[in-house]
Amino acid sequence: MSATETAFRNRKSEKAIRIWTIVILLFIYLPMVAVFIASFSKLRFFMFPVKAWSLDWYASVFSSIEIRDYLGTSLLIAGVVTIVSVVLAIAGALAFARYEWKGRSLYQKLILLPIFFPQAVLGLAILLWSSALDISPGWQLAVFAHLVWIIPIVTLVISIQVYGFDPSVEEAAYDLGASRWQVFTEVTLPILWPGIFSGALFAFLLSWGNFPLSTFTTGAEQTVPVWLYAKMVAGYSPQVPALGSLTTLMAGLVLFGGYWLGRRKAKK
Amino acid sequence: MNMPSKSYPVTDSSAERLPETKDPALKLRARKTLLWFKQPGALLSLPALFIFVAGFIGPLGLVVIYSFMPERSFAFNQLPTLENFVTIFQEGYYISYAWSVWLALLSTLILIVICWPVAYGLSRIFRRSMILTLLLVLPLFVSENVRLFGWVLTLLNHGILDGTTRTLFGWELPDMLYNAPVTVLGMVYVYLPFMLFPMSLGISMVPDSCREAAFDMGATRWQVFKEVELPLAMPGIMIGCLLSFVLVLGSISEAKILGGQSIIMISHDIETAFTYAQNWPLGSALSTLLILLTAVLVIGLLSRLNLDNLLSRK
Repeated sequence: MSATETAFRNRKSEKAIRIWTIVILLFIYLPMVAVFIASFSKLRFFMFPVKAWSLDWYASVFSSIEIRDYLGTSLLIAGVVTIVSVVLAIAGALAFARYEWKGRSLYQKLILLPIFFPQAVLGLAILLWSSALDISPGWQLAVFAHLVWIIPIVTLVISIQVYGFDPSVEEAAYDLGASRWQVFTEVTLPILWPGIFSGALFAFLLSWGNFPLSTFTTGAEQTVPVWLYAKMVAGYSPQVPALGSLTTLMAGLVLFGGYWLGRRKAKK
Repeated sequence: MNMPSKSYPVTDSSAERLPETKDPALKLRARKTLLWFKQPGALLSLPALFIFVAGFIGPLGLVVIYSFMPERSFAFNQLPTLENFVTIFQEGYYISYAWSVWLALLSTLILIVICWPVAYGLSRIFRRSMILTLLLVLPLFVSENVRLFGWVLTLLNHGILDGTTRTLFGWELPDMLYNAPVTVLGMVYVYLPFMLFPMSLGISMVPDSCREAAFDMGATRWQVFKEVELPLAMPGIMIGCLLSFVLVLGSISEAKILGGQSIIMISHDIETAFTYAQNWPLGSALSTLLILLTAVLVIGLLSRLNLDNLLSRK
């Protein structure tokens, strides 16, 4: 095969890949757009094409004290999970990728196991475990359950940054007489910052959208995804698409806003 | 490498502080344990390991213990019995297992095929285009219930699809919700990122030079794929397959929201046993089988992988 022919065929397959990627993006966003459209429909039960539009369901979401409570609980859980998981994952990632130590290879694999386990079953197991230890369900238990699943993910995200880290920079700082704490705050943390930032974004967003762990561990203190599910399976309310769209928008804003902030900081 | 010996001078003083024991072997072991804790990596791993033990090993271990307790008991200090496992086989719970395994296999196969071109594009053509990556990541952060509900709105009678064909062509589409195929659609949809990203990580491990060398030596596109790209990308593909398989195996919302209970997944049986039926030992026995199956697959694969190689690419 001549070189030009190869190049031509490559271009053709490149085009096919581009088209397929657009198809997959449409596949991913079609249902999310559907929720969005339904949230502006005036009818109690959705029909397409939409004949009458309205913002009533958004108004009722914003005025509902009940929903404000769920939003508060979701934010509280996501906030605490983000802080705790990032702190533990920084240590965890240094152990994962920075230091050579006996037992590291085993640790690397153990710590990832919760990612490879169905969350609903994990949630139930944690509920059983908490009742055996006489701990009642609530937002604190949900935080704990989220941590079990999110710490490994954040550890992985930060580890990728740690792998690109040159340990001789730390040594140089030690040689110049820096204390251990100084080295950590002035050398290690700034270098790892992009990884820590993405890890924090991941932690917040994964906790914010989590359903299978929350549903078994929050008890009476429901989160938004748990409430949405309850309304979907029984006693449907048109607030569901409105609140669903709002949580989707918020996740999108945090993700893209976070990316934009991170890039601006990197440019400086 | 920066070895602990530099910042942590290892001296005999640590051994002297130990309580006096007569047995020298015991003394040696205690000293070794202490030395292990003096490694910075070991110390840093402890907080994460603590959560792992208290939130993963503990709960799952308790589930395994409960699975040997007599039916409908709420205490775990009784004489162990195998009756729950007998119940599983007598009362047809293996049907939900078979469904779960079959759907997990099917979804994984579909995911391999539909994700490969995108994963390939992500690591080779789009060159880690950030916007595309973010667009593909975003669904992970939206609760799966909301997204599955979006499919309900799309496929409903008078929903997005049916409504569109009605107004445009006057066609009425057949009922599309609440059956097995739509359940698979939901699973493929929800777990797509779990296949896509590991797969793309795997493909980015294939060096351009290898690919070009193969082409230069006269390999066809198919040969390059089969002999070069596939084997080198295998670790990433295997992680993607394992993640999708295991997560579909234990999934619950897809069959409930889209499938309308036309298929009973094993997680649904587990949930029912724990909640409505208040039969913790049976729920535990069902979970134990799931834990066992997952553990065999995950440990089997992870023990073969070198995570340093996989993650440290630049």
